[in-house]
Amino acid sequence: MSNKTSKMQLQCPMPKLDFDVITLGHGSGGVLTNKLLDSGVFDLLKNPVLDERHDGATLNLNGRMAFSTDSFLVSPLFFPGGNIGELAVNGTVNDLAMCGATPRYLSLSFIIEEGLPMTEFWDILVSIKNACTRAGVTVVTGDTKVVEKGKGDKIFINTSGIGEIHPKANISTRNIKAGDKIIISGQVAAHGMAIMSVREGLEFEAQIESDTTNLNPTVIGLIAEFGEHLHLVTDPTRGGVATVLKEIALAAGVGIEIAHNNIPVAGPVANACELLGLDPLYVANEGVFISFVAAAFAEDYLAALQQTPDGQHARIMGEAVNDHPGQVILESAIGGKRAIGMLPGEQLPRIC
Amino acid sequence: MKYLSEYRDPELARQYLAEIKKTVTRPWSIMEVCGGQTHSLVKNGIIAMLPQEITMIHGPGCPVCVTPLHLIDKAVHLALEKGVVLCSFGDMLRVPGSEKSLLEAKAAGADVRILYSPLEAVNIAAENPDKEVVFFAVGFETTAPANALSVVDAARRGLKNYSILASHVLVPPAIEAIMEDVDSHIDGFLAAGHVCTIMGTFEYYPLVERFKVPIVVTGFEPLDILQGILMVVRQLEQGRAEVENQYARIVREEGNPEAQKTIYEVFEVTDRLWRGMEIIPMSGYRVKDKYAAYDATQKFRINLVEAEENPACLAGEIMKGIKKPFECPEFGKTCKPTNPLGAPMVSSEGACAAYFHYSGLVEG
Repeated sequence: MSNKTSKMQLQCPMPKLDFDVITLGHGSGGVLTNKLLDSGVFDLLKNPVLDERHDGATLNLNGRMAFSTDSFLVSPLFFPGGNIGELAVNGTVNDLAMCGATPRYLSLSFIIEEGLPMTEFWDILVSIKNACTRAGVTVVTGDTKVVEKGKGDKIFINTSGIGEIHPKANISTRNIKAGDKIIISGQVAAHGMAIMSVREGLEFEAQIESDTTNLNPTVIGLIAEFGEHLHLVTDPTRGGVATVLKEIALAAGVGIEIAHNNIPVAGPVANACELLGLDPLYVANEGVFISFVAAAFAEDYLAALQQTPDGQHARIMGEAVNDHPGQVILESAIGGKRAIGMLPGEQLPRIC
Repeated sequence: MKYLSEYRDPELARQYLAEIKKTVTRPWSIMEVCGGQTHSLVKNGIIAMLPQEITMIHGPGCPVCVTPLHLIDKAVHLALEKGVVLCSFGDMLRVPGSEKSLLEAKAAGADVRILYSPLEAVNIAAENPDKEVVFFAVGFETTAPANALSVVDAARRGLKNYSILASHVLVPPAIEAIMEDVDSHIDGFLAAGHVCTIMGTFEYYPLVERFKVPIVVTGFEPLDILQGILMVVRQLEQGRAEVENQYARIVREEGNPEAQKTIYEVFEVTDRLWRGMEIIPMSGYRVKDKYAAYDATQKFRINLVEAEENPACLAGEIMKGIKKPFECPEFGKTCKPTNPLGAPMVSSEGACAAYFHYSGLVEG
């Protein structure tokens, strides 16, 4: 039986099994592109808008909308705690959440380097599908291009998303006032260190996992409860907590004071940062957000956040102040004070 | 983190600071030699916590900063023109050469890789026999054993495609040069703990003897540094000038003899140009003739015109402690970490970059 099957495949191969890897033809817009989409993408991401298979999506939108876009490139594609697929969904979904919006529609575009194994592409697709399901968002339009070997890094993904802004959301740096408490939702620096540990081939005793997750339910829940008292939510992805706070201090024209001892870092992540000479405040996060909350509501907000799965390690890490507008001052572990700035270029490991 | 957190205890820090305040009666200038200590001083906000009588002066101990311009040009040349796989510690990549940094060479297509250990570079050489692999071996005595070991390892494995571009510098001759400079007024030194872990403390006795200046071998955690400062201040106030060892939990008088043996197997002491300063006699290591095949400068016979430093950069005066970074007219204006005019603005250990970064100045 098995002999017969394999013989039949040789004589009359199934088109979708023709290729173990993505080829240039898969991005040509012709037969191969259609076969790739038919055999995988459309089935997996099936929904009425996508099923129209038109040049673009036709949507009915009402009320205040948020719109965000992000491109994702990560090496390796699969890392402890996640892969580029869910990262691409969570990233845009989280950006919408930071606008106070529940994600509704997503666009999904791939730029694939020829030679990417089909199995890896499939794993990424499945992961995208699962992340979309968790976030309650549908992919309504997309694109696939293939570039020659050496002209890309396996796969780049762009997602754009549209979300409905919660009626009680009023999120803007303009709302930040001196006295606002600054709350960090979880332990920082996990994503960046997870990537670095595999990229550099460093083996730490405890595996560090990326914190990539969909923050939407938590953030929208907090907006529903605290409304206008939540002045700003933002996720400190690239550049880390330090860079984001500096940007906010400049944009809002307030001073910011935070304390090193109130910034939660998981033990293995802190150790890895020490070892590599990196400052966790500048390392990327994918599952953490910073909230600026009116002082009178901060304790209640913190308690509510700590009840959520994303907020168990939440802490008040500092506050906005009238002094030193535009400056972020960090109180060090021993109580000294220093100003912190944005990440200059890439964070490079120190010699000794 | 246990062995770190106990050296970052805020209550003990307060006690040390109180003791320093109680002990000090007049102004003293103390130089922390090592860039790692500069980093810790600024990162922990220690400078502003010290009594105003104490001025900390940031020494030349940032290996990235003192690597001469022509060596960076050589590294860039090897990577771009000779097609070698150029491996380096991370913060060396942003240091400007006369035309390009290694980061810019990488952007132009050169194969430049960030490594944590030179031994990884030897493995890269073994895995790529058709490529030349060069490790940019910078650093003080601290990184010398591992860099030397990589050469020994490559030789043992019979690899013909591995070499190092050596730019090692040594601490004691730098302290000597600083003390001999009439413009610098340093009352005491925090010597670099990690250098002494390798080399021991015995090299410092002649310096103490000759210049009558206290030298305290000091670690890098905030409490190490506060205790080191207290020990220097006590000596100064009591009129003593001795070698003391604050970092005794790691540093032994004789250092690490095995590591020293490895260093002297591969390297010998030579005169060395320090970027921003001058040629300091017997202040660096060169690869011994015995291992000439592993010395990239000999192997590739690079003939480059030695470029001039940017005259606007006051690196020498900064690193000798004659001027503070903010006394430089270019500081924070034309010279920033993303566009450094000279070496001390490059590495986060460099005096200017540390001041810039931790003073919260904004790029742009």
